[in-house]
Amino acid sequence: MRHTLSVLVENKPGVLARVAGLFKRRGFNIESLAVSITQDPSTSRMTIVVDGEEQMIEQIEKQLNKLIDVIKVIDYTFSPTLERELALVKVEATPQTRREILDLTHIFRATVVDVAENSLIIEITGDVEKIDAFISLVTPYGIKEIVRTGKIVMARGLQSL
Amino acid sequence: MRMIAAKAIVECLKREGVEVIFGYPGGAVLPLYDALYDEKDIKHILVRHEQGAAHAADGYARATGKVGVCIATSGPGATNLVTGITTAYMDSSPIVAITGQVRRDILGKDSFQEADISGITMPITKHNYLVKDPDMLPYIVKEAFYIAKTGRPGPVLIDLPVDVQSTEIDYQPIEKISIRSYRPVYEGNMKQVLKAVEAIKNAEKPVILVGGGCIISGASEEVVALAEKCQIPVVHSLMGKGTIPEEHPLSLGLLGMHGTVAANLAVSECDLLIAVGARFSDRSTGKVSTFARMAHVIHIDIDPAEIGKNVRAHIPIVGDAKRVLRQILENVEPKKHPLWLERVQEWKERHPLRYKEEGEIIKPQKVVETIWRLTNGEAIIVTEVGQNQMWAAQFYKTKYPRQFITSGGLGTMGFGLPASIGVQIGRPDAIVFDIAGDGSIQMNIQELATAVQQRLPIKIAILNNGFLGMVRQWQELFWQRRYSNVQITAPDFVKLADAYGCVGIRVEKSSEIENAIKKSLEVKDRPCIIDFRIAPEEKVLPMVPAGGSIDNMLVD
Ligand SMILES: Cc1ncc(C[n+]2csc(CCOP(=O)(O)OP(=O)(O)O)c2C)c(N)n1
Repeated sequence: MRHTLSVLVENKPGVLARVAGLFKRRGFNIESLAVSITQDPSTSRMTIVVDGEEQMIEQIEKQLNKLIDVIKVIDYTFSPTLERELALVKVEATPQTRREILDLTHIFRATVVDVAENSLIIEITGDVEKIDAFISLVTPYGIKEIVRTGKIVMARGLQSL
Repeated sequence: MRMIAAKAIVECLKREGVEVIFGYPGGAVLPLYDALYDEKDIKHILVRHEQGAAHAADGYARATGKVGVCIATSGPGATNLVTGITTAYMDSSPIVAITGQVRRDILGKDSFQEADISGITMPITKHNYLVKDPDMLPYIVKEAFYIAKTGRPGPVLIDLPVDVQSTEIDYQPIEKISIRSYRPVYEGNMKQVLKAVEAIKNAEKPVILVGGGCIISGASEEVVALAEKCQIPVVHSLMGKGTIPEEHPLSLGLLGMHGTVAANLAVSECDLLIAVGARFSDRSTGKVSTFARMAHVIHIDIDPAEIGKNVRAHIPIVGDAKRVLRQILENVEPKKHPLWLERVQEWKERHPLRYKEEGEIIKPQKVVETIWRLTNGEAIIVTEVGQNQMWAAQFYKTKYPRQFITSGGLGTMGFGLPASIGVQIGRPDAIVFDIAGDGSIQMNIQELATAVQQRLPIKIAILNNGFLGMVRQWQELFWQRRYSNVQITAPDFVKLADAYGCVGIRVEKSSEIENAIKKSLEVKDRPCIIDFRIAPEEKVLPMVPAGGSIDNMLVD
């Protein structure tokens, strides 16, 4: 099944290469990866989504922990978390379809961030399922381009990584 | 104190207790070599190829338990280290490799002799550094040694741009370091330890499997104590050889592909397998689904990632082999398993390792056995890779840890000779034998010159079969004797010995084996090569075909 790992790492050059290399070497496939600096500038946080059996996920976590620059690994799959992803979706829009697309955008609380003669760019945030649902609904109108950030998660309440 | 960074590195190395460095100079390490020029406390051994430097540092580390150090220049010097670093990585051997790198301002521009060695070695080092800030050097060197030798040891590489080496820095010795993301666990969790104790109490057919972790942690005494207290037979992986004296009545010998019948059957039938510092490599387990299928498994390892990786552990214990075994020993009651030991003993007696003598034809097993007898079982045995390695493992019965030095995980041909150099330098009073094949020895033969220059009395016993013997054996057994590219010629090793300034002896008759070895033992000031012309198609047996169950062995 799909697991979401939060990995706290030293904010040093090469760390991303170490983590990515590890996944490749051990034959693990990354579904999405989001990286950025945290409140402490000496650390970065990676949110990695990976699909695999329990034993494989356990091995991934252990191997990640072995990297000297990895400070902490938490599997958030089974804990209460807030998860978000942002996507930019460029959709074809003719005078006939524009209205329908705008309605969908509204229902999903998404925003139109760019309007051109024959296309719209829509910005949508939410959990992965919401974004997937939106994309499948606008697909019939003709999608030109999609960029997704990959998901990020945070534990609810006071608990922190 | 203000000083040039290169000098500060040398100071740091001295503080780490480094007495010897194996290396090869070049443009990008000139400042470092200049700092070594005046250095009296560190001996530098000039090798003939950087691969030799890495293997020598590795051999030194394995024989002494200290960190081995090697140096190479940027580009080709650094890439030549790669096989040696990987060899050390696979066998958890602590080495620190220092490489030169091009100047910081031309880094990343495909400059002359630039290679991204920190990128290249990412998957084959425990950790590595590309140093851009000269002031960080003392800290980095300290950290590198700390990481290399603690927890599960392994190689660490420090890549040093040449201009970093020649920058003046304010050098302050680093006393202590702490790395927030690196905290190896040494003590076993007491709850798990007690579960293990309970399992040992309830077991009727227990076996202890010792791996390289027992050698590294110095757990021999504890292994023998547990085996004796609870009457548990002991098998070893190739890397665990030497943990328990092999003539101990409870020792069953080598497990796995070329293991003994007794070891393989005992593991296949046991109801409790206590694996200590062993990683269940495919060469030890054979087919995993049938491996120790009746057994509850206690797995003790300092590396949590090893537990459950290949074989499921019912009682995992993360910790240092020696300490965890002590914890178990403090809590376990003495036990007896007369029926089980009887059964194991019967396997041992019925299926000893053996070979057929055939007149004057030289049997490689007899060569190894004679070396064993004439050195009173006390020589340090280094091996190359292939049949020679397996015969050495089978027929040289070791007494001590760190007495058998071999490339187990990577199986690197060409390891033996340069590793022997490191071993002999680390253990100047020991008798060091490199058991070699005629193929492997040609892979790093250039290091003979290093050994001669250092006047090292290494004995090199070439089991010369005119073949890449182990590959030929596989072709014989599994590829219908289609001997594709395994006939290998070699120079006249006696003349070669002479040319390099070594002693060379050729042995063509079985009756000459003993005298030749005796003669080699008298050579004290240079290497001695003995070219044993062995039976060309002798096989290593028993053998478990790759991927087969270990209870299904070819015996002859
Ligand atoms: C660097 C390297 N290349 C290739 C191999 C594959 N290999 C394993 S054993 C072997 C034959 C070794 O021949 P030799 O050194 O003559 O030893 P023998 O088996 O005859 O004792 C080969 C080619 C290897 N282990 N290492």
